[in-house]
Amino acid sequence: MSSTLSAPASRSLSASHPTPRPRRNRDQRTAILVVLPSIIATAIFVYGFIGWTLRVSLSNWTGLMPDYTFAGLRQYFELARDPRFAIDIRNTAIFTVLFLVSCLAIGLFLAILLDQRLRGENVFRSIFLFPMAVSFIVTGVAWRWLMNSATGTRISGLNLLFHQLGLDPLINNWHLTDPPWGIAFIALPAVWQMSGFTMALYLGGLRAISDDLREAARVDGASEFQTYRYILLPLLRPITLSAVIILGHISLKIFDLIVAISQNNIALDVPAVYMWRTTFDGNNYGQGAAIGILMLLTVALLIVPYLFYSMRSQEEM
Amino acid sequence: MKPRQARRLTRPILYLMLVAMAIFYLLPVYVLLITGLKSFAEVDLQRMWALPTGIHFENFVQAYDKLAPHLANSLRLVIPAALISSMIGSLNGYVFAKWKFRYSNLIFALLLFGMFIPYQAVIIPLVQFMERLGLRGSITGLVLVHVIYGIAITTLIFRNYYAGVPTEVLEAGRMDGAGFWGLYRYLVFPLSIPAFVVVLIWQFTQAYNDFLFAVVLTGNRTWPVTVALNNLAGSQIVQWNVQMAGALMTALPTLLVYILLGRYFLRGLMAGALKG
Repeated sequence: MSSTLSAPASRSLSASHPTPRPRRNRDQRTAILVVLPSIIATAIFVYGFIGWTLRVSLSNWTGLMPDYTFAGLRQYFELARDPRFAIDIRNTAIFTVLFLVSCLAIGLFLAILLDQRLRGENVFRSIFLFPMAVSFIVTGVAWRWLMNSATGTRISGLNLLFHQLGLDPLINNWHLTDPPWGIAFIALPAVWQMSGFTMALYLGGLRAISDDLREAARVDGASEFQTYRYILLPLLRPITLSAVIILGHISLKIFDLIVAISQNNIALDVPAVYMWRTTFDGNNYGQGAAIGILMLLTVALLIVPYLFYSMRSQEEM
Repeated sequence: MKPRQARRLTRPILYLMLVAMAIFYLLPVYVLLITGLKSFAEVDLQRMWALPTGIHFENFVQAYDKLAPHLANSLRLVIPAALISSMIGSLNGYVFAKWKFRYSNLIFALLLFGMFIPYQAVIIPLVQFMERLGLRGSITGLVLVHVIYGIAITTLIFRNYYAGVPTEVLEAGRMDGAGFWGLYRYLVFPLSIPAFVVVLIWQFTQAYNDFLFAVVLTGNRTWPVTVALNNLAGSQIVQWNVQMAGALMTALPTLLVYILLGRYFLRGLMAGALKG
């Protein structure tokens, strides 16, 4: 999986010579015409629109009528002073760290459990993976009720379950915990939804390691634990890198889950939600565009080196 | 202790851990399901974990009344979006794998970048653009958007799949006089069924679960089900039990696809691992 972006190297028809040249040129032209609409669409809808957003972010546009008057970096400076944006950054940082660490740890744990060739492996794997098929909105609606923080006679959700099981010390306010820690609890449903994905990545990685290697370790007297610790886990490092990049960019863009759970609670705000509210509810297009561009830059810092790396390693094949 | 014996001892512990984890993943499903099946009289937040006394469909009926038109919108959205996306992806993948041209690798990389961008960085111009085309508020507009932002991932999956098709096979076809379209129609397309299944499922799930594009590009009559469910959940009037039934109903189409075609879903997940 570490090479999801790259495909096995294969010769292209363009370079082969079984047909006469005019025919080959015509086919090659057809090939380019076939991909041309996609290239144009991407040029407009991805690159063109990013440029357009950048221009909006350098303007004063507030209100329903577009206003592209150049305002320099005003929107960015205002964001830098904006206490709400400061909350967003803090929330994103807390959420990202917790989400990443938990997904990696739980994913690896589940993968090692499933790697033991137990009966019922397929059933367990399906159970750990199904949340990925569900929309973040559904997850949010379900978990909002599970994380109900009402107390006393109105206690419900997981708190009620803890109470019934005699685990009262675990009862807490969940996402309504005082800032900044409320956002930490939103990582819980996010981990519920995405940890199956890291499990699948790690399990795929473990299964790709040849049995001879484990056998050799065993012959050398390594315990099961030592085999994992010193032989198998180091081999999984490229998978951890891919997982960090994929989950990291999901986390920086997290939106629907927060909307569904927080329902406009500022303490749980993140940049994606702020962007949406300020643009489409507040008509502060300039400010919304600036947030969009900052989000893009953050994601690009993560993705561009990865894309370069994947494409390069593919060329070398 | 001999390894065999150690194994016999650790097995039950392993199972115990697996079952504990499985309970964590199934917990929300349990609550959604039992709440949905309770009668209005039984619904009580303080008895959230208790099993229903009988099977009642009142919650589902009420959720269905509210969500049905939007479920229909979602289907009118995802079916064309998935079909058109996979066709475009297949042709693009064929070209990028087998008809490389000058700078085609660079262009491919530039296309791929589109699948990582936060859509917040394009959504303001997108809304303006759709408005000007008269497509804002329509399902057709939303189909177009999903097709365009799906180009990257669908092209990637098909390209990687076709790279595994030996070029010699196509060369043999060319000896027999087949051109670009002939090779695609008679050799490449018939081989692509597995890739089509993966891409169809992937795009179906993506378009169905999308919220951001839907919420800014559709109006209350054209809302897909995710937007309708979110509004249902945000409303003070709708009971939580109806919300839970609605959530389960919304999850059902993609869950069914997952249960029936899970193998392919997983493959799409890995290939499209890169998409959020």
